[in-house]
Amino acid sequence: MLRFFGKHALFMVVTLVAVSFLVFALNELSPGDVARKELGAYATQEQVDLLRQRLGLDRPVVVRYVEYLGKLFTGDLGYSQRFKVPVADIIFDRLRNTGLLAAVSFAVIVPLSMLLGVVAGMREGSVIDRGITMFATLAASVPEFAMGVFLASVFVVWLGVLPGTATLLSQTGGWSIPAQLVLPVAVIVLYDMGYVVSMIRASMVEVMQRPYIRTAVLKGMSFPRVILGHAVRNAMINPVTVIMLQINYLVAGVVVVETVFAYPGFGRMMLEAALFKDIALIEAGALVAVFVCVLTQILSDLAYMALDPRIRA
Amino acid sequence: MTDSRGATENRARAPLLEFRQARISFMLRAGEANVIPGLSFSLGAGEALGLVGESGCGKSTVALATMRYLGRAGRVTSGSILFEGQDIARMSEDELRRIRGRRIAMVYQDPMSSLNPVKTIGKQLMEVPMIHEGADAAAARALAVRMLEEVKLPDAAGFMDRYPHQLSGGQQQRVVIAMALIARPSLLIMDEPTTGLDVTVEAAVLDLVRELRQRHNSAILFISHNLGTVVRVCDRIGVMYAGEMVEQGTIRQVFANPRHPYTRGLLDCLPTLGRDKHGSPLATIPGQVGSPLSRPPGCSFARRCGSAEEGRCTTAPIPIRPVPGEAGHEAQCVRMAELEAWLRKDGQAGAVPDGAETAPLVEIAGLRKTYRQTHGLFGDTGKTVKALNDVDMFAEAGRTLAIVGESGCGKSTLAKIMSGLVTASEGTARIGPDQIAATAIDQRPQALKRKLQMVFQNPDSTLNPSHSVGYVIGRALRRLKGLGKRSAEDETRRLLDVVKLSGDFAGRKPHQLSGGQKQRVAIARALAGDPEVIIADEPVSALDVSVQAAIINLLNELQGERATTLLFISHDLAVVRYMADHVAVMYLGKVVEFGRAAEVFEPPFHPYTEALLSAAPVPDPDRQGERIILDGALPSATDLPPGCPFASRCPRKVGSICDTTPPPAQRLAHGHRIACHIEADELVSLQQGGAPERQREKHVRPHRAEEHIR
Repeated sequence: MLRFFGKHALFMVVTLVAVSFLVFALNELSPGDVARKELGAYATQEQVDLLRQRLGLDRPVVVRYVEYLGKLFTGDLGYSQRFKVPVADIIFDRLRNTGLLAAVSFAVIVPLSMLLGVVAGMREGSVIDRGITMFATLAASVPEFAMGVFLASVFVVWLGVLPGTATLLSQTGGWSIPAQLVLPVAVIVLYDMGYVVSMIRASMVEVMQRPYIRTAVLKGMSFPRVILGHAVRNAMINPVTVIMLQINYLVAGVVVVETVFAYPGFGRMMLEAALFKDIALIEAGALVAVFVCVLTQILSDLAYMALDPRIRA
Repeated sequence: MTDSRGATENRARAPLLEFRQARISFMLRAGEANVIPGLSFSLGAGEALGLVGESGCGKSTVALATMRYLGRAGRVTSGSILFEGQDIARMSEDELRRIRGRRIAMVYQDPMSSLNPVKTIGKQLMEVPMIHEGADAAAARALAVRMLEEVKLPDAAGFMDRYPHQLSGGQQQRVVIAMALIARPSLLIMDEPTTGLDVTVEAAVLDLVRELRQRHNSAILFISHNLGTVVRVCDRIGVMYAGEMVEQGTIRQVFANPRHPYTRGLLDCLPTLGRDKHGSPLATIPGQVGSPLSRPPGCSFARRCGSAEEGRCTTAPIPIRPVPGEAGHEAQCVRMAELEAWLRKDGQAGAVPDGAETAPLVEIAGLRKTYRQTHGLFGDTGKTVKALNDVDMFAEAGRTLAIVGESGCGKSTLAKIMSGLVTASEGTARIGPDQIAATAIDQRPQALKRKLQMVFQNPDSTLNPSHSVGYVIGRALRRLKGLGKRSAEDETRRLLDVVKLSGDFAGRKPHQLSGGQKQRVAIARALAGDPEVIIADEPVSALDVSVQAAIINLLNELQGERATTLLFISHDLAVVRYMADHVAVMYLGKVVEFGRAAEVFEPPFHPYTEALLSAAPVPDPDRQGERIILDGALPSATDLPPGCPFASRCPRKVGSICDTTPPPAQRLAHGHRIACHIEADELVSLQQGGAPERQREKHVRPHRAEEHIR
């Protein structure tokens, strides 16, 4: 166990360093200049140079990279040119908001997809299976923005039972935060679940054909006991990695939903930072995204080991 | 116990299980596949009935129909399947569930896949009493431990917390048997329970089944393609063909006087330990089982039957009739009375052709292969696995060298080194003038590749399903012989002819071929480069006996015509006896005995050879010798004992010298050698005295699952 964590921690550090350098270098190479962008097209070259100097952009890349790493270790993530605040101030705030959205969505997606996937896969080709498969395919194929607009027009415009934005400010139209979360969560869940359900269903169908299921049935177990006692755990072994990968999407990839509902999240922040070439923020954001990525990798390895005794060795 | 005896007598009047004109079909897109057209047989309480026949004969369908587990497509369309007087085909799901696992239990072919990989053995065992008897966990656990002890697993309590993958194949099958017997069922169905197990493990499992049968008084429906295993376990035998019971009777009746041509065919095509290729070729049954989608109006075997008569055999259904003078013996053949008496094709081993000694073409000397055992990505355990440990043998040009041994003995590693898939750690192997032990396949010159070709066990997985037969053979011809497209096509046709397939097979894809046809294609492909040496790794062990006989004959014929040297790897001693000129018996990476076939199969034997021979199932009720059951597990190949590798399980172990000192290779006549501390003369006198007494106080090595080498 100790070796497992040691190995993964080492892997994580190596990955983070590599990514930080890559992002740093990429930002250097991409066209456009922070100082020019900051000051606008009408500033004189002198003013631009002055700002570059003040920001330290005139020194070699490697020097600045090392300096950047040093600052990282002291918790200084730099200064956001776009939001005019220290990166640390904004990034953790946004991350917390996204974390809330992601956690709620994940908590709905996993049990619901397991339920639907298992029920669909336990009797391949049955009416229930076909119904669930169709629903899953449909849900996964409607784009997020279309789904967002559709749900908003039904529940906000037509029925008027939910708010159309989720700014997380309690004074927004007097809607509570849970009410604000309903629509964004619904869109994410519908969109993402279609995929996860299909994965679990496919795995379940395969498991139901294994000889050990026959053994269980011929022991005289009832069908529900066969499913719960013998099939589900085996059926979750393969999809577990995919399920954990959803966390990455939920943290860094829900840009569209956040934009549609004006949600102050991490994805939207990254989009704005990228559009504005807010290098410090992009760098910090990329590191956070990679960190989450490696973390879910470890989690899925752990879940994998918990489910399948064959790889515990 | 007293009332169970009375109950048995009561039940003896009404059979425990009775099929009455049961007709079973599978509804497929292509139509109704009538797998069982109308089957009647019965099984009394405590009785053991063996069902035999080629694959596709409906044996497994009978087993699963008894449990009514036929999937959504399968159903009993008419007739009945009575178990203890109740019709299984018409029971409700609830009634069925109360019978499954409790009154009828099943043991399956592949124990590894029949056990749930993510649940401990204990949990899987405990489920049965918990479902059926409402036992609490503690009681169920106690029962499970007792059952594991009964199937002779050492440290039964310790096994409870293990997972299936931590057990060897034999141990897994013992667990499945324990799981089946835990509810004391009155009927135990065993579907090929020992197929895929090593010979000595099979012998031990069969012995266990016999013993448990006596103790529990369960009836057994024993399904096997291996006539030898049926003889060991059963009282009666039923021969199935195309879903019909073509002959049934007691073991002795059927084996002494088989009245159906199909039964005779099955018995004739078996190589037995007394026969070899210098005698007569094996009898075969031409053709294959017909499709259940369309049945002929008369006898379904008529198309393949040498005694069939147009008209009488082919127009009307044939009834099953009693064999005159033999109570309980029935056969479904109109010409039953006219057929000549059957004689067991024992045949002696033919005379070995004179002036036989030819120069060795393949010579292997001091060959070693050591793997480093790794664990995960970075974990090197520092242990080494000695897959081959100083191996010497040779094959004469144009002759067959058979390599026998059980799984883990190193025979496949040897084949891999020969074919260049891995390279040896030490030692030499040569073919003619070429040294090959250290040369991987991609470094071998084209001429050398041509010289040596492989035929594998499972033709299903070695033929690419998307390539036609013509393409597979043609590509080998183009690459090995540099033929052009046109001449490759002609040559492909010729090769197909050599392996007795018609030319239009060139256009077929593997899924359109039967197992035997696939193996013929694989042989044709191997022949493409006119090889001097063919390595055949268990080429017939996945095939039905009739097909096996045809492939064996084909290999021998080809050898006769082309003087090909054959390295024949097998676990089946009867096949080896039949095929081989020289035999190497391997155990744990060492050759324990080597010599000419005639000598290896006569005393003196190495004690391991002796155990193997005694364990081999013999399809003859009159030749059931006493078996030597090997105790204990195979020692792990990571820490081999310093002395004789077989010492830990050897029934003839002489003392501590066996554990500490490697045995000398005793050289006898004609290059025959035995690695044993016991003098050859003494071995002869010991072995003519029969099986050794099993040591009372045996030093049993700590039992463990065979080490998983990754």
